[in-house]
Amino acid sequence: MRVADLPTAALRRQLRLDGPGLRLAMPPFTACIRSDLPLLADSIASMYADFSLAEEPAFCDFHVEIRRVRGLLRGFRSQAEFSTDGERGFVPLPVAQGFAMLEWGLNWCVAAHAHQYLLIHAAVLERDGRALLLPAPPGSGKSTLCAALLHRGWRLLSDELALLDMDSGRIRGMARPVNLKNESIEIIRRFETGAQLTAAVPNTAKGSVALMRPPGAAVLSAHEPARPTWIVLPRYRAGAEAVFTAAGKASTFMAVAEQSFNYDIHGARGFQALGRLVDRCRTLSFEYSRLDEAVEHFARLADAPPLRGR
Amino acid sequence: MMDRPLLVRVLQEPALGALLGPPQWDLLLRQARRARLLPRLALALDPQVAPAQVRPHLDSARLLAERQREAVVRELDHIRRALSPCPAPLVLLKGAAYLMAGLGTARGRMFSDIDILVPHAHLGAVETALMVRGWAYGDIDAYDSRYYRRWMHELPPLTHTRRGSTLDVHHTILPPTARLQIDTSALFERLVPLPPPTATPDLAPLFTLSPPDMVLHAATHLFHEGEFDTGLRDLFDLDSLLREFGAGDASFWPQLLARAERIGLQRPLHHALRYTHELLGTPMPASALAALAAMPGATPPMQRLLDACFRRALRPRHPSCEVPGTSAALAALYLRSHWLRMPPLMLARHLGRKQLKRWFGHPAT
Repeated sequence: MRVADLPTAALRRQLRLDGPGLRLAMPPFTACIRSDLPLLADSIASMYADFSLAEEPAFCDFHVEIRRVRGLLRGFRSQAEFSTDGERGFVPLPVAQGFAMLEWGLNWCVAAHAHQYLLIHAAVLERDGRALLLPAPPGSGKSTLCAALLHRGWRLLSDELALLDMDSGRIRGMARPVNLKNESIEIIRRFETGAQLTAAVPNTAKGSVALMRPPGAAVLSAHEPARPTWIVLPRYRAGAEAVFTAAGKASTFMAVAEQSFNYDIHGARGFQALGRLVDRCRTLSFEYSRLDEAVEHFARLADAPPLRGR
Repeated sequence: MMDRPLLVRVLQEPALGALLGPPQWDLLLRQARRARLLPRLALALDPQVAPAQVRPHLDSARLLAERQREAVVRELDHIRRALSPCPAPLVLLKGAAYLMAGLGTARGRMFSDIDILVPHAHLGAVETALMVRGWAYGDIDAYDSRYYRRWMHELPPLTHTRRGSTLDVHHTILPPTARLQIDTSALFERLVPLPPPTATPDLAPLFTLSPPDMVLHAATHLFHEGEFDTGLRDLFDLDSLLREFGAGDASFWPQLLARAERIGLQRPLHHALRYTHELLGTPMPASALAALAAMPGATPPMQRLLDACFRRALRPRHPSCEVPGTSAALAALYLRSHWLRMPPLMLARHLGRKQLKRWFGHPAT
């Protein structure tokens, strides 16, 4: 059963704090979500419409709650807080940021616990079974680029979290909603009029934030891993012509290691896995300012014959 | 009588793992994670019995605990290097002590910081030496700083500016203002030197408390504490210390009782034995139990109240383990910890200020 098949009343019932929880499959994980924020049910219904629900009785990897904060002076401030396994995390945020907080909270759960993977802060897209990694610090235009590419022939794996299986060398994502910030929101609305976005929530820690619904086809294939093929370090620069530049293996290794959440935890095994990843990929830097032009460059990259020798 | 939480049952009898279905595994993992006992659970269970979905969580927890262990060993080298110029004996407490003494309690135990004990006379020199090597006080206000220095048994937490590691420097194990007056000098009487690591033999030597004193400190820490976030974890620490020391040395139990009397820690030891025995079935000789019954304890109504509170507080903090009265018990123990820590007027001022801070942010100090 998919979220879209669930009547609104049933969705709300499952989400209730005293209910069974909404057991959302986001391969390779299952998350159980509870909340007393009415707004959250609406956002989940639209953003996670294509996701499957786990059948009971299921084991859930993460149990998260977004609940209204109660307290003497909190009553009229209308804040909500995130908790997992009954433990509060983050500072309470305004109720309007509830859905964004759920997304950040789920990312946190994966980053803090899923050490069966080497976790890399990167967008991942796929074409013909080949994965494109866009690791980059916030503000580099990674999410914007990812949101544009997934509307132009690339399958979304993730806009934030790449899960590298260190044994198979393949990458997974969860195909969850894409986080867009500030100017990107309008840019993507104009770029793809069919894109379905939440209302922008202003004044979050990351500025103005909106989430974009992932394409149904990407959600259906979320359990399929992809073979890492390109690592591209993107950089948005106002007015720049789109251009790829070859990036050195060593500097790319360092850039990816810096964007890994648990590289240190894996020790030598993480070092070797990261080395193999960088070795097998074409490593590039990419500077751009116009999305249309950027998308064409990536289409040509995908169509170029593979490098020989590996 | 309250039921034993699933986590406690499985930790005591890991073979039960083979009988669990997916919903029980789900609950077990959540309770263990919340109680900071997941690595310990992962090490206790036979990896083959866990379903495929559960195994990665157990593997992750083991991996994390192993990395933490390495990090603590490395950090101790830094601390020893920093304190080499100080003549003070450097005594490890709690997790770091269990780890370096090679005790079973350390297996799968998570760390949030490192705790050391130095004699009060050396406190200034130790503080200076640490600051020279990069440790600094975090963002604490003048009130808290004054509070720690005048009334507490430790310095405010020190954080290393580059490595981000946290260090608590204690000079005794109970606040000087505490109702229970202890003989701190007695703590330093029976230190046990740790063999110097072969890689760094020249750095400051490390000590731990003697086995009975280690138990007494763990007991004092748990039963004077106001927050029971890791209460069950600390109770399991006591359980495995008592099992390991008790099994290894016949003189351990008489020594434990004698040391409790010498330092003045009979009350916390009484609680430790009472609740490890009751809640975790910790084996103890009849003589210790008899001595326990004869110890100067609380009046029967007060003991019943303490039982009601501790039986609730020493469950995992997960919502599935809450029983009626849990939040009242936690609130009562929070007040009790402060009541034990300082005289009434000081307590009223301190709690009043904390509540104001909670409501209005940071009032002027």
